Amino acid sequence: MNFKNLLPPKLPADHSPAIAIQFKKYGIFIAFLLICILLTIATPNFLTLQNIVMVLRQISINGILAIGVTFVIISGGIDLSLGSVVALSGVAAASFAHPGTYGLFVPLLVGLLIGVTIGTVNGLIITKGKVAAFIVTLGMMTIARGLALVVSDGRPVSNLSDSFNFIGGGEFLNIPIPILLFGAVILIASVILKYTKTGRYVYAVGGNENAAKASGINVNSIKLFTYIICSGLAGLAGIVLASRITTGQPNAGVAYELDAIAAVVIGGTSLSGGSGKIIGTVVGALIIGVINNGLDLLNITSYSQQIIKGLIIVGAVLLDRKN
Amino acid sequence: MNQPWLLKAENISKSFPGVKALDKVNLTIEGGKVHTIIGENGAGKSTLMKILMGILLPDEGEILYKGVKVKLMSVQEAIKTGISMIHQELLPFPELSIAENIFMGNEPTSRIPGWINKREMNKNAALLMNKLGAKVDVTRAMKELSIAEMQMVEIAKAISNQSEVIIMDEPTSALSNREIAILFSIIEELKQQGIAIIYISHKMDEIFKISDTITVMRDGKHITTCAINAIDQKKLISLIVGREINSIFDKKENTPGEVILSVTELTGEKFKDINFNLRRGEILGIAGLMGSGRTEIVNSIYGLEKIVKGDIFINGKKVKIRSPKDAIKNSIGLVSEDRKKYGLVLGSSVKHNISLSSLEKCKNGLFLNLKEENEIANAQINKLNIKTSSSDQLANYLSGGNQQKIVIAKVLLNDADIIIFDEPTRGIDIGAKSEIYKLMTQLATEGKALIVISSELPEILGLSDRILIIREGEIKAELSQAEATQELIMKHAMA
Repeated sequence: MNFKNLLPPKLPADHSPAIAIQFKKYGIFIAFLLICILLTIATPNFLTLQNIVMVLRQISINGILAIGVTFVIISGGIDLSLGSVVALSGVAAASFAHPGTYGLFVPLLVGLLIGVTIGTVNGLIITKGKVAAFIVTLGMMTIARGLALVVSDGRPVSNLSDSFNFIGGGEFLNIPIPILLFGAVILIASVILKYTKTGRYVYAVGGNENAAKASGINVNSIKLFTYIICSGLAGLAGIVLASRITTGQPNAGVAYELDAIAAVVIGGTSLSGGSGKIIGTVVGALIIGVINNGLDLLNITSYSQQIIKGLIIVGAVLLDRKN
Repeated sequence: MNQPWLLKAENISKSFPGVKALDKVNLTIEGGKVHTIIGENGAGKSTLMKILMGILLPDEGEILYKGVKVKLMSVQEAIKTGISMIHQELLPFPELSIAENIFMGNEPTSRIPGWINKREMNKNAALLMNKLGAKVDVTRAMKELSIAEMQMVEIAKAISNQSEVIIMDEPTSALSNREIAILFSIIEELKQQGIAIIYISHKMDEIFKISDTITVMRDGKHITTCAINAIDQKKLISLIVGREINSIFDKKENTPGEVILSVTELTGEKFKDINFNLRRGEILGIAGLMGSGRTEIVNSIYGLEKIVKGDIFINGKKVKIRSPKDAIKNSIGLVSEDRKKYGLVLGSSVKHNISLSSLEKCKNGLFLNLKEENEIANAQINKLNIKTSSSDQLANYLSGGNQQKIVIAKVLLNDADIIIFDEPTRGIDIGAKSEIYKLMTQLATEGKALIVISSELPEILGLSDRILIIREGEIKAELSQAEATQELIMKHAMA
């Protein structure tokens, strides 16, 4: 029977919205703390400075990707091409990063520009061409992967300059550079979403595109902006990855977009758009990272790890829906 | 039937955190009668209907159906018991056929298990639709139908479920007068067959036309139930609001100023050669049946719809409006007829909805000044008397009237000089209605220019200084406030 329409709106009326919102706000933090406490009890090495820094460095790439895709998802879109953009920008940047060639600035610019360009193409086809984001970015996923293989002739691009390798491997004030970059991205993204007009419009477009348009918002340019931010950050992540493994790998980053989307969803952002927070995504990425790390520390095989990770992703979202 | 009544709700109470939505409410529904339930938004009508449909469980009280106590735990059980509901916002399966929609969940099966007997389904569907006087091809897809036809399908579905109590929630809100007449004749037909109709509406004229019995609810309480001919409109309104309302229209003589908006030979896909002037301080009414092109005209002025030909002048200067953004720049505001689609971001807060079009006003350099935004939003909440627990409450949780006030607040914040109100009071209770009317008259007095579109003729007549009547996409008549009557408007609108 078609009585769906009789059901109360998304949030049932007999729940106090204030309480629901409170739980939504903190539930994910509580879950994260619980996991940390459990791992602290179960393993001696979890709560050590060395391990914490390692976890943070490990999640910084997924974290940067997840923050980018948070913009897209809040605006009601999706981006599946991230992993391939990571590979393409990494390979391209690495090609300009051999010692004694172009210095540091050119490879960085190339990597970022590739991300921005792909984001622009994605965004334009989605807005002007009115093709579903899923399809466009699915196509872009294989195109960018293909480009990465073509550019590198299918071979890893190695022999990179020390200055380039410093991005992924170096430290500043004893903090690894990837963590600092991740921190900067968190800060800037949070400010954009909360304190700028553009950020507010991203929520409005995802919440109700028609109303956003009728309120005088240029919906297409907001969507374009989110895809550019998203792919641009994927470009940055590609540079960090290539630098960390000191190689531009055309096969790197496979399925990275899925980990990024998982972090966003665990962080409480709805895939239907209109809501979500950067801090949620960060905690989502932390949860994934801590679980990976914890399962390693517990000597659980990487095969079983995948099962557990999947269960936790679905479980986290299930809990979120229940509340 | 042994009992004179079909459905009885006794001492029904239901509380939500902080509110007693229903307080020992009694309701007796008799077969073959139209029982109207009326009350302001928040009076408890929809909670009561949700309980009758098995969507909510009462905290206290009993429901009896044909003398037997029933416990309605789900919509399916309510339907099995014999209660169906035609919801205000129809959400059928758009890609499926009429027949498939009617028999959704109840398909005639063939000998092979799991297979649908399509021939029988189509035959029965055609029979049902014929019975309702709708001669349509039942294999047509639902999405091709008008709202009136979809409603017919929903009624057919209720009949096919052998429902004896049919709840109709504001069934006429999206219908033209001609379609309303057809609906009413169907309701008469259903009454003849002993079916009870629970009718929910805010429209006074149709309530007096169609009802046999009326129940008034206020603040979750049952106020009175009586035969319709035992009450008049004035008395009814005073029972609904709990106070006497002398006149809900506060119409003053306006002295319109200079022309602020004029359109010449404006032509779009659904209208052509529209010419009119709008003056400061004037309220221009646009009347016409649903589908006459009236909404398309104002939408095109607001940049929501394409203009094929013709010009728009603001303060005598020709302007190009390609998007709502352009319209807002030219100080035009629109309160759309569809506030859920074009008016609100329901999942966002009241505050963010109000400020959405005017974030420029709460900016310090690159960044938003959230404190200032909060102040601006709260000022609007107070000014328009928007009832909300806080400015951070999600728009979704507010009643229709308060949601509409959010949309109006947003438009007012833009400093629009020309404000278009398309069906400004659809689905809104009478208290909020009169507040919105007052606001509109006040805006005109302040020198704003208003356009109002409404299907409710008393509204158009009560507000407008001048009325344009649209039929088939053209202006067929222009009436001054003095000469306009409901009959005259309908004559031009229907012809």
